Amino acid sequence: MNFAGFLQHLVNAFSLGGIYALIAIGYTMVYGILRLINFAHGDIFTYGIYFAFYGVILFLMPWWAAFIFSIFVTAFLGAFIERIAYRPLRNAPRISALITAIGVSFFLENFAIVVFGGRAKSFNPQTGIYPTSFLNMIDIGDVKIPVLTFITIGIVVLALLLLMWIVYKTKIGMAMRAISKDIPTTKLMGVNADRVISFTFMLGSGLAAIGGILWAMKYPQVYPYTGMIPGLKAFIAAVVGGIGSIQGAMIGGFILGISEIMIVAFVPSLAGYRDAFAYAILLFVLLVKPTGILGVEVSEKV
Amino acid sequence: MVKTLPNKLKFLLTVILIAIIGLLLFVANNKASEYVILILNLMAINIIFAVSLTLINGITGIFSLGHAGFIAIGAYVSTLLTLSPAQKEMTFLIKPLIYPLNQIQMPFLPATLIAGLVAAGFGYIVAAPSLRLIGDYLAIATLGLGETIRIIANNAWSITNGALGLKAIPPYTNIYWSWGWAFVTVLVISSLAKSSYGRALKAIREDPIAAKAMGINVFSHQVVSFVLGSFFAGVGGALWAHLITTIDPKSFAFSKTFEILIMAVLGGLGSISGAIIGASIYTVGLEFLRVLESPFKIGFISFPGIPGMRMVVLSVLLIVLMLFWQRGIMGRNELSWDMIYDLVARESNKKRGVKDE
Repeated sequence: MNFAGFLQHLVNAFSLGGIYALIAIGYTMVYGILRLINFAHGDIFTYGIYFAFYGVILFLMPWWAAFIFSIFVTAFLGAFIERIAYRPLRNAPRISALITAIGVSFFLENFAIVVFGGRAKSFNPQTGIYPTSFLNMIDIGDVKIPVLTFITIGIVVLALLLLMWIVYKTKIGMAMRAISKDIPTTKLMGVNADRVISFTFMLGSGLAAIGGILWAMKYPQVYPYTGMIPGLKAFIAAVVGGIGSIQGAMIGGFILGISEIMIVAFVPSLAGYRDAFAYAILLFVLLVKPTGILGVEVSEKV
Repeated sequence: MVKTLPNKLKFLLTVILIAIIGLLLFVANNKASEYVILILNLMAINIIFAVSLTLINGITGIFSLGHAGFIAIGAYVSTLLTLSPAQKEMTFLIKPLIYPLNQIQMPFLPATLIAGLVAAGFGYIVAAPSLRLIGDYLAIATLGLGETIRIIANNAWSITNGALGLKAIPPYTNIYWSWGWAFVTVLVISSLAKSSYGRALKAIREDPIAAKAMGINVFSHQVVSFVLGSFFAGVGGALWAHLITTIDPKSFAFSKTFEILIMAVLGGLGSISGAIIGASIYTVGLEFLRVLESPFKIGFISFPGIPGMRMVVLSVLLIVLMLFWQRGIMGRNELSWDMIYDLVARESNKKRGVKDE
């Protein structure tokens, strides 16, 4: 493979890795605070795409308005799910919360089948969902890369910077970090824990919606199970990076995206096993470092 | 106070109960419609799945989400062993089946046993590294392994026929096979749970560190539980494949594990009799929910059937169960003759106006 081809794959890998990172952050923030694997996160991603789709098709919004609309609605959907299904179980055994999360995931998938139909909906620019100019090619030397890839990378970087600003520079970000260390003590300090947790779900779900829209522009269709595979991979990315750590989720997302694209590019005969690589990486990392790359060692309490 | 019955009487009652169930199944097999027989078979297979998952998740406390993977192994292995060479040649169009699998054909029982053993072998390979992980990480690893098995089934064309799956599987599974295996599963797993070994498993569930401190080899106990659970999942998979007669990788997606989890949770995670009750209710309930998907009338209003509504109701059911009734039907208790006797005695005391002590 020549250098130009490699460069092309690298850019693709970064855009895919960025999308995984956006979703992985949703998993990692929720886990960091509640110690809950939010199985429904991949389906929230799917709903983000549906909201954007129907914003344009049904409510006749311009594409950018529909995308912003989708991000906000998805954010509220995430907070709503937390309120209905997870909050009542805050003090229940962790396994109950986990099973509930699996239940919510199945509910969202099957509800989508009933409401939106099981057939895939086309998310291509011909339906007016995003401008055709996104698919124009930019030539860099011998390499042709669609504008969309650069837009994706740009939006991912912007979203990640915004997130870092919220988490590390704002008051609510400080509350989030405090709560992930110790909920009862943080409450004693006068922090409204429920509100902070709701906000965390909104933030994570909003990022999932951004990831979803970028994903749907890359693979232009949406059906009720769209979020399953990217959701699982992002989840693995979160674990690989060390679940609970935002930087870890980003690293994990990029590791997964880059290795996936590169393996398929260099060993095309294994392309069918693409989805299994993520699990192989997961097992390898967990065996070497059981809490992930940036994970904190938790000592057994006796 | 719980009164206990003499052991001999309990044994006798159990034998009578099993005889009655056997007789009912015999009658059903001869008189009932094909549809009812299918449901009865499914019920037994679901009991095998739910009880084997209960051993791993409920009794030992390993939160495994990879059950569908072991079911897949059982289904594929047994099918490859029972299909005739001629049929294999007809099925494997894209890539021929590898030698020696393309020459072998054997009866159902050895095929089922080998299917279970291969699943158990995989369980062992999987358990050894992943049991080093704890809690959520273990759940993730087992989920990944289950999915990996499905992905391999989807891509290893020369062994599994890839996404096309296997068709025209001989319909060997009948009421005697399925209920016979269900009986064996329950017998083996409940004897294990009652033995000192089982008490050690429960100790591990409650507190692995304390169990370790009491001298229990946590790791080896967990491996045994996981391997045994995988064996019966494989056997169940074999029965299932020979009941529905066509399998493809999609049949073993995560939703299969989810279904079994619902059965176990409904019955009470940690209770074998609960798993049996949960699996039975689930199987029959799923059939009743079919009404939702076909058009129906209430009074003058007619509702169109909504495809997919069944799964919506099921997932809501699971969420509601978890929110309001986490213990399920049985909690961690087992149904026993003592318990029934106690209930009956209390009822008759009430009738006679005697107060409970």
